[in-house]
Amino acid sequence: MSDLDLDEELRPSGRERMNRARGLRSGTLRWAWATLTSMRTALLLLLLLGVAAIPGSLLPQRPTNPFGVAQYLLDNPATGPWLDRLGFFNVFGSAWFAAIYLLLFVSLIGCIIPRCRAYYEALRAEPGALPRRLSRFPDHAGGTTAAGAADVLDGAERHLLAAGYRVRREPAGLSAEKGYAREAGNLVFHLSLILVLVGLAWGSLFGYRGTAIVVEGQAFSNTLTQYDEFSAGIGFRPEHLPAFTVALDAFEVRFELGPVQRGAARMFRADVTVTRPGQTPRQQVLEVNAPLSVDGTDVHLLGHGYAPVVTIRDGNGDVAYAGPVVFLPTDGNFTSSGVIKAPDARPERLAFEGIFLPSAVIDDQGMRSVFPDAWNPQLLVNAWSGPPKQETGAPENIYVLDRTGLTQLLRPDGQPVRASLEPGATYDLPDGRGSITFDGLRRWTKLRSRPPLAAGSCWPACCWRSPGCRCR
Amino acid sequence: MTAYYSSLAMVTAAVLYLVAVVLHSLEWATARGADPDEPRSRREEQFGRWGLSVTIVAVVVHVLGVVLRGVAAERAPWGNMYEFVTSSLAMAMTIYLIGVFAFGLKGFGLPVTLLASIGLGLAVTVFYVEVAPLMPALHSVWFIIHIIAAALAGAIFNIGGIAAALYLLKVRAERRGRTTGYLARLPASDRLDQISYRMHAFAFPLWTFTVAAGAIWAQYAWGRFWGWDPKETWSLVTWIIYAAYLHARATAGWKGTRAAVLALIGLASFWWNFVGVNLLLSGLHSYAGI
Repeated sequence: MSDLDLDEELRPSGRERMNRARGLRSGTLRWAWATLTSMRTALLLLLLLGVAAIPGSLLPQRPTNPFGVAQYLLDNPATGPWLDRLGFFNVFGSAWFAAIYLLLFVSLIGCIIPRCRAYYEALRAEPGALPRRLSRFPDHAGGTTAAGAADVLDGAERHLLAAGYRVRREPAGLSAEKGYAREAGNLVFHLSLILVLVGLAWGSLFGYRGTAIVVEGQAFSNTLTQYDEFSAGIGFRPEHLPAFTVALDAFEVRFELGPVQRGAARMFRADVTVTRPGQTPRQQVLEVNAPLSVDGTDVHLLGHGYAPVVTIRDGNGDVAYAGPVVFLPTDGNFTSSGVIKAPDARPERLAFEGIFLPSAVIDDQGMRSVFPDAWNPQLLVNAWSGPPKQETGAPENIYVLDRTGLTQLLRPDGQPVRASLEPGATYDLPDGRGSITFDGLRRWTKLRSRPPLAAGSCWPACCWRSPGCRCR
Repeated sequence: MTAYYSSLAMVTAAVLYLVAVVLHSLEWATARGADPDEPRSRREEQFGRWGLSVTIVAVVVHVLGVVLRGVAAERAPWGNMYEFVTSSLAMAMTIYLIGVFAFGLKGFGLPVTLLASIGLGLAVTVFYVEVAPLMPALHSVWFIIHIIAAALAGAIFNIGGIAAALYLLKVRAERRGRTTGYLARLPASDRLDQISYRMHAFAFPLWTFTVAAGAIWAQYAWGRFWGWDPKETWSLVTWIIYAAYLHARATAGWKGTRAAVLALIGLASFWWNFVGVNLLLSGLHSYAGI
């Protein structure tokens, strides 16, 4: 038997499977189990799983790219809603995708457990008994020797044992077999696939992950309310989050300046101070491939961007807002957009929609950023005002301006206010409504925290990303 | 300067592979209609020997080009699409040469050199980028482990895919009766099937390792080990198709030609994951640098 043939009939024959399923009383059930655990079904399920995964890479997926999905629905009003109904925008969280891989794993378990048992029994059993006629084997050879029978058998036994065979000695001859390592490898491989699935299920039950944007000079505390995004399995409890604080002292980023791949990221380095209750703060360095490990939680550096520092004065001359405002990058040169809100400005509340350009250039194409680093920072804003709003405590999106109750401020010539500020510059709003000052610039980083790989993981249903440029 | 000599070596190797393609084509052409029972004609043998000799020189120059690229970049030479193709092809061609002398890949000359000349030709014309440092996400020991496994698995998948394609040709010829000419020079279909299986059975665990190592690295770098990034999804699809191939070979009704077709679909999926996903789909694995 050549080593290749060992793989033939990996799965037991139909009759054997039927026998194994004898415990099932109903003939239909028995048939269904035998069919499900057959090699042919497993093969079809495997191929089906491969085909089913493909739309997930070609169509935008809601968990990773909700904007892409919305755009696709707009562009394809006829087919889009149907694809949506069938779960094509969340393939890896869809019922049909789960059905395929669960059936596949049931089929795998139904096949591998009996095979493990058979393997265990074969290991304990001796090699098969001598056949009556050697000629029944497809490969056989014969010969005669003058040596005594016992000597020949002794010699053969030594030879076979040295070659790694298991030998069974009988008075009339000996039988030997090998090839167990290969089946052991097969079984271990398939069992570890089942282990991976169990690990994934465990992770999706008890795992969690959250991301938070932290501006230089500010800190992040590991509590639920401080996360910008958070997802967790049903087994997760907020008290599972260990108490610690990560303060971002400085974030350094370097980009390629040479002619080749100009503007590509070359270095990210976050200097952080980690504080745990009852311990002295520790200064650490966080880099892309070097996450922090704090009390069983890994903190990763995911992305970065700019947070212009602004001061807003209201119509009364009071400071209505002062501090950094997180702007989200929209392209590789970190053209960023954001909203500055001063709800406490009086007599009227103020708001600004802004574009931030780290390396601004003005040419016939208009104003744009030509490099990701901050070489010529410019903050462009328009301005809105309106009567004060009643505080409701209702959360609102900090990246989007809700324009209800607001009117856009106009210049004396009737054109909308459009201020272009460099660091240190101030723009006075028309009619003494106040002013906006672009004080300076800070960087922010996006951090993700989650338990390390071994302790928990997340199944696709809760995999998502949000806008923002990633560190890569 | 080193980078210049590296590029020069790559272009030279691509041209030499093309010469080898021509020589092997001539070998094929002179074998046309030849009686398999008669010994090979002197001309046919000569073309075959020349083709192999030129290939050996090309592989030496090619490997030199890869090494010089690494020296010029001061890191492992697989940081972008160009470098990955050149490294992976160098591995494939080295394996082919070992195979010619160790396990009967002799008839593979034409398709293998065709693959090398097209692959390396595309690399030096379309994929080429200048030497540049790596982006921060690649600053990791996993950069070496994950990508060397991917390149090696890809190299062996390609040779295995060629074996599967030749197997299909040979089976078709055998079914029609007596084979003559080039197809008769190939190993018997059973042997081709065996070569294909052994290649895939070796590359599949490597590919499994590639995906697993990628997941571990992703956990370090991005804080999640699997995010259905297009590259991740297509790596899984490729893995699934090759798993199906290995199982199909042992399933009644699937072994033989159907299994070989699966191997070719697997190879198509591998190529798509490399070329299509890199250039057409946006994701986190955007390292082509083109």
